[in-house]
Amino acid sequence: MDEFDGQYGEKPDGERLLPGSASLTVLLIVFVSLNLLTLFSIMRGGVGHVASDAGGTKAYSPADFPEINFDRELLPEVDAAGSSDPDGTYRVRQPLAYEDYFPCSDCHAEMEVNLGRRQLEEMHDDIELDHGPKDRWCFDCHNPDDRDNLRLANGTLIGFDESYRLCGQCHGTIFRDWREGIHGRREGYWNGAKSYQLCAHCHNPHAPRFQPIAPLPPPVRPQFLHAAEEVHDE
Amino acid sequence: MSDSDPVLDSRGDGPEEKVDRRSLLIGGGLTAMAAVAATVAGSSTGFVERMLRRRFTELSPERKVEILDALEREYSERYGREVTVADTPPMDGVEFAYGLDIARCVGCRRCVYACVHENNQSRDPQIQWIRVLRMEKERGIELAESTAYYEPPEVPEQDAFYLPVACQQCRNPPCVKVCPVKATWQEPDGIVVIDSDWCIGCRCCMSACPYGARHFNWSEPTISSEELNPDTHYLGNRPRPKGVVEKCTFCIHRTREGRYPACVEICPVGARKFGNLLDENSEMRYLLREKRVFVLKEELNTRPRFYYFYAT
Amino acid sequence: MIKDIFSFVTGSTRLVLRGNRWYFAWLAFLGVLIVWGVSAWLQQLDQGLLVTNMRDQVSWAYYIGNFTFLVGVAAAAVMLVIPAYIYNWKPIKEIAIFGELLAISAIVMCMLFVLVDIGRPDRVWHLIPVIGSLNLPSSLLGWDVLVLNLYFVLNLVIVAHLLYTAYHRRPYRSRFVVPLLLLSIPAAVGIHTVTAFVYAGVAARPFWNSAILAPRFLASAFCSGPAILLILFQILRRTTSIEIKNEAIWKIAELMAYAMFLNLFLFGAEIFREYYSATHHLIHTQYLFSGVHGHNALVPFAWASLIASVVAFLLFLIPATRRNLVTLNVGCLLIYSGVYIEKGMALVIPGMTPDTLGEFYEYVPTLIEVRIGAGIFAIGFLIFTLLCKIAIPALQESEEPTSEENPQAEVALP
Repeated sequence: MDEFDGQYGEKPDGERLLPGSASLTVLLIVFVSLNLLTLFSIMRGGVGHVASDAGGTKAYSPADFPEINFDRELLPEVDAAGSSDPDGTYRVRQPLAYEDYFPCSDCHAEMEVNLGRRQLEEMHDDIELDHGPKDRWCFDCHNPDDRDNLRLANGTLIGFDESYRLCGQCHGTIFRDWREGIHGRREGYWNGAKSYQLCAHCHNPHAPRFQPIAPLPPPVRPQFLHAAEEVHDE
Repeated sequence: MSDSDPVLDSRGDGPEEKVDRRSLLIGGGLTAMAAVAATVAGSSTGFVERMLRRRFTELSPERKVEILDALEREYSERYGREVTVADTPPMDGVEFAYGLDIARCVGCRRCVYACVHENNQSRDPQIQWIRVLRMEKERGIELAESTAYYEPPEVPEQDAFYLPVACQQCRNPPCVKVCPVKATWQEPDGIVVIDSDWCIGCRCCMSACPYGARHFNWSEPTISSEELNPDTHYLGNRPRPKGVVEKCTFCIHRTREGRYPACVEICPVGARKFGNLLDENSEMRYLLREKRVFVLKEELNTRPRFYYFYAT
Repeated sequence: MIKDIFSFVTGSTRLVLRGNRWYFAWLAFLGVLIVWGVSAWLQQLDQGLLVTNMRDQVSWAYYIGNFTFLVGVAAAAVMLVIPAYIYNWKPIKEIAIFGELLAISAIVMCMLFVLVDIGRPDRVWHLIPVIGSLNLPSSLLGWDVLVLNLYFVLNLVIVAHLLYTAYHRRPYRSRFVVPLLLLSIPAAVGIHTVTAFVYAGVAARPFWNSAILAPRFLASAFCSGPAILLILFQILRRTTSIEIKNEAIWKIAELMAYAMFLNLFLFGAEIFREYYSATHHLIHTQYLFSGVHGHNALVPFAWASLIASVVAFLLFLIPATRRNLVTLNVGCLLIYSGVYIEKGMALVIPGMTPDTLGEFYEYVPTLIEVRIGAGIFAIGFLIFTLLCKIAIPALQESEEPTSEENPQAEVALP
């Protein structure tokens, strides 16, 4: 390891001082440019690359949406039974049809029955029928003789609170999933009583396709995440 | 060393008296120290006690009750509401699992806000435990091309589908592996929990989580007393302090009482499923049997409890 | 014995309080930076880490980047200890202590950078085994805490003993010190390997999850750490009467060249894997070197670092430029900057950009982070300056005192 000692005619130790002005300039240039690069990056900040109309520039919270009920109150029966109902007794919610027209026999008991396919004009003209094939029409599901009930394919009459049996005739796989709890929303106890919905609660039986809804706002982007008070640098 | 001890070496005293004096000194000293220690330990949420408290899991049951009471008093006073902090243990014979039907999710984000409403996340700066990613139907699930900031007037969009992501409660959690102080661990019912009074905020777990499921309180979390959910669990949705990590806990305060998590109940299309994997009659078992499930980033061998599936 | 320790302490205090105007100007400058940094840290304590630009998407950044780089600098002391003690090469043996001093200062800086990064510094005692709950053997950060403290204590003991004995003109106890010095070699390798494992073990971050990350860390540590020492030695030669042979400096520079070669080779291997296999993981390297989707904040730094490293490698490799002190110093600056970027921001940020869910958040440090960083660097430089101030007179005045083992040796300090 000593072979380099003095071989290249170097000056003895201690006489080689720090570099002179020329090389100091080089050092200074390199040092300053690196610092400038750093400063430039810091000045640029991290807020770039977000268009002003892009989502996520403002932070929202659930309180901004009072129209949405985030406190899901359980049905009294479900609440009462709770976890102590391990077989999961299923409670039915109020079918929607009750609110509007029930009982249908009030009008239809004395009315003549017209089985012909037609566009309805006098009543129920607001119903848009868009359920599957073109030859579908009212009496495929409704019972012409007793409007307070629905009619299954084999003639059995069922109430509106059991309308799922009718839907399930054609939509068998969905019906099976729904029965097991995989299809459709449930509330309650995973180890006990649950409440479930009828098909008609989410799907309008006349035009069942699920309508798009307005989404809630996106999360705030990290570069816009601030506390309420302004954060000042220095 | 000197030969005579002026205290113990009192001439004329018998051995019993010598022992008495020595033991008196020692006993007195110990009692004094014990008194100080008891005062320190006894003041449940005193500053010193808070600083020196052991990990929650290592405390005695009585001490836990004391601490929970003190927390309840503290939160109730701070928010002006009647706040409860429970310590409900896991149920026997229960292992939770979660199902998410991506054939149904429409990306409406009601789950995100229901979760925030239920679990007392900071409103400002905003923390959200669930992140809904928008994917293009033509590309399938490709995280690098996804976005969480979609804002169309209506969902679902024609050419997109949606993938909500939160803590997957992995069976092989990388976050638990890397925590340097054992502030996070997996409970017997499968929930990965954080003791927010033990976490030092080093964010190793956030580096290690492949799903971006952990969130940090970058400053003091703020939540108004009207928005507060007063039914809390020590390991779950109780108000967190500044500088600690938090994440989805499968609504531990609800699920350990048998209830569904908040996100399951709010989803308007019923895309979220939850239940006990060990119960063969549960929805989750039916789901695994009848539907084809997949998990995210399965090559990382995290073995999540969060299953995505297509119901159709 | 107590009297001796007391006089050593008071003597050392006198030493650090004496100096010329450049010395005090330097101390004043460091003091200003420290005050600037501490006031920023108080603001951070009050408002939380929100005052940084770290967010959930990029949760480790400036502080951890500096920490990683400085662990490498601390490990670089071994670059002096190996030739001095394994090969018994006298020219370096005389000055190896400065490596220890650098290691101590660097470790202090490392610990400070971790302290300012964690969300709850009041709970840092949770990291102490038995009293807290240090998660061994599972947590790599737990191991890091252990080995960093071990290395710190090791160097403290060695330096304390050497300075103490030199101050009192007594020979050092080589049977005590040399085993510790030899132990510090695997300890130095250990600290940087464990720090590398903190990153390499994270499967969620494919940019880090590579088997060659630990070798890369070691290579870059050995080529960058001694750069400061080289500059220091030149200053010492000029301002004090310490003899530092040219060949000591050249040998260190030569070793740094080889280490840089290894560093560049491993880097090349990484680049090949990324660009040839071209999996999704490539996106992190692309973000670093060419930018993705218009996000390119790190690109100039990445290229500057690479060019600096290659130029420095050539400058150190070619004997002519190695011996010319001008180019040598330029090389030192370049290698230090290159590795600072490469093992600092260019390691941490691309690992987290894009994040695990594919989001691009461009991190750039805030002024508060830079202030705290400057303050910590100033503390480190201050410790190094004070330690040198104590060590140099001991080195200079040592003519006759020798070690117990070897009365013929010409030096008192190893």
